[in-house]
Amino acid sequence: MMDKKNIPNQEIVLEIKDLRKSFGDNHVLNGFNMQLHQGENLVIMGKSGSGKSVMIKCLVGLLEADSGSISVMKNDITKLDQEALDILRADIGFLFQGSALYDSMTVRENLEFPLRRHKQKNSLDTDINELVAEALENVGLANTQDLMPSELSGGMKRRIALARTLILKPKIILYDEPTSGLDPITAKEIIMLMQEVQQKYGTSSLIITHDIDCARVIADQMILLIDGIDYAVGTFQELSASKDPKIKAFFK
Amino acid sequence: MHPAIPIYLVSMSGIHNIKTQFKSFLIEIGELSYFTARFFKEVFKRPFELKELLRQCYYMGNRSLFLVAITGFIIGLVLTLQTRPTLQEFGAVSWMPSMVGISIVREIGPIITALVCAGRIGSGIGAELGSMRVTEQIDAMEVSGTNPFKYLVATRVLAVTLMLPLLVFFGDAIALFGSYLVESVKGDVSFTLYFTQVFNSLEFGDIVPATIKSIFFGLAIGLVGSFKGYYCKKGTAGVGKAANSAVVFTSLLLFIIDFIAVFVTDIFYDL
Ligand SMILES: Nc1ncnc2c1ncn2[C@@H]1O[C@H](COP(=O)(O)OP(=O)(O)O)[C@@H](O)[C@H]1O
Ligand SMILES: [Mg+2]
Repeated sequence: MMDKKNIPNQEIVLEIKDLRKSFGDNHVLNGFNMQLHQGENLVIMGKSGSGKSVMIKCLVGLLEADSGSISVMKNDITKLDQEALDILRADIGFLFQGSALYDSMTVRENLEFPLRRHKQKNSLDTDINELVAEALENVGLANTQDLMPSELSGGMKRRIALARTLILKPKIILYDEPTSGLDPITAKEIIMLMQEVQQKYGTSSLIITHDIDCARVIADQMILLIDGIDYAVGTFQELSASKDPKIKAFFK
Repeated sequence: MHPAIPIYLVSMSGIHNIKTQFKSFLIEIGELSYFTARFFKEVFKRPFELKELLRQCYYMGNRSLFLVAITGFIIGLVLTLQTRPTLQEFGAVSWMPSMVGISIVREIGPIITALVCAGRIGSGIGAELGSMRVTEQIDAMEVSGTNPFKYLVATRVLAVTLMLPLLVFFGDAIALFGSYLVESVKGDVSFTLYFTQVFNSLEFGDIVPATIKSIFFGLAIGLVGSFKGYYCKKGTAGVGKAANSAVVFTSLLLFIIDFIAVFVTDIFYDL
C-alpha cells in the first residue's frame, strides 16, 4: 500500500478561504475552506447537489465566487487577468464529471487541443506526436488515436479524458467524480490509474467523489462538504470513526 | 360542479400571459444585443481561428446547398406557373422574365434561403453548442486556455454571415432556372432570350440591397443560434429547446430585418 507521506509539512498549493457562492436564493456555498498540500490526495465528499462542482469550478475561474479568497500556487485567482489565468490553468488539470471529450474531434485532436495554446510550456522541438502517444500509453489506450468519442465505452472515454488532462503535465489535478457512471470494475481501474499518475508525476490531487471505496483507497485527507461548509476534516479513519450522524451517513 | 371562473379573470390572465411573454421577449433582445456586442469585440481580435472558420464555412454550405436548391427551384417554378394566367390576360407574358427576376432577386430569394438556413444552420448551431455546454465541453475548452467564445461562436457566426449571400445567389440562380423551364415549355422562350431579359431588367439597385440584406440575415441566424446554444440550460431538454427556439426566434427576426431593409431601401430610392 501507499507509504505514509508527511504531508502537512509540505507547502500549500491550493487554498480556499471562506468561499461563498449563491445562485439567486440558492445559497450553495456558505464559507467553505480547504487546503491542498504538495503531493497530497485530498478527497472531498458531499451529497449530490451540495455544491462540489460549483466549488471546483470557482477554483479554476469557470465560475466567479461571490466572496472569499482562492489561491492557486500563491496566486489569488480572483485577481488575475485573463492571460495570467490561462497561464496558471496550464498547471491545473481538470477531469470533468462526464469526461467532456469534444465529440466532433477524434481522440488525437482531443489530446492536441490543450497544446494549441500552451505550446510554450513544452520545448519547441518536443514532437506533438510523441506527447500524444505518451499520454495515450499512460492510460493504456495506445491504439485509439483515430477513433471518435462516440466509438468509445464510458470507461475508455474517462481514460482519454484523463490523458487529455495529463498532456500538459499539470502540477495539480482536479477530479470531478472520476468514477461516476462507471461499473465497479472500471471504476477500480480508473482509481488505479489515478494512483499511477500521482506516483509517476508527483502531482497533488483534489478528488471529488461520493464513492466511498474510492475515498478509502486514495484519500490522504478528507473534507465533508455539508450545508455549504467544510463540515468535517480528517483522515478516512478519523471520519469513519465519528459519532456525528451527519458524518456517519457517508460511511453507512 | 366546480365553481365557474369569472370571465374577466380568464381574460386578465390572458393579458397577463401576453404581457410576460412580451417582457421576456424584450429581455431576450437585450441579452442578444449584449451577445452581439461581444461578438464584434472578439471577432477582430487575434487569434483568428482560420482553420475552424473554413471548416464551418464548408460544413454549413455543404449542409444547406441541396435544400436551398430544391426550395429555390420549386419557388421559381410555382411563381411562374401562377403568374402566367394573369399576365396572359393582359397580354403581358413577355414581361415574365423581368417580373420574376426582380421579385426573386429583391425579395423571395433572400428571405426563402434565409428561412431554410435558419431551419438548417441555425438549429444546428443551437443544438451543437447546447450539447457542448451541457456536457461541459465548453468549460473544458476554457480551462485548456482556448477562448470558447472566439473558437466556437465567432467562427460560426462569421461563417454563416459569409455563406448566406453566396447561398442566396445560388438559390436565386436555381429559382430563375426553374422559372425559365416553365417559360421554355409554355411560352417557347430560348435560354438566352430569357436570361437576357432577366439581366436587362435587373439593376445595381436591386442586387446591392439584396446582398446587404442577406449579410444581415446570415448574421441574425448565426448570432441567435449561437446565443441559444451558448447559454443552454442544463439537461437534455435544454438542448432541444435551444435548437427549437433558435429557429423560432430567428424566423421572427428575419421578417423584422426584412421589413427594416425594405423601408431603408425605399428611402434611398426616393432620394
Ligand atoms: N450555473 C448554475 N446556475 C444556477 N445554479 C447552479 C449552477 N450550477 C450549479 N447550480 C446549483 O448549485 C447547486 C450545486 O450544484 P453542483 O455543484 O453541481 O452539485 P454537486 O455537488 O452534485 O456537484 C445545485 O442546486 C445546482 O442547481
Ligand atoms: Mg457535480
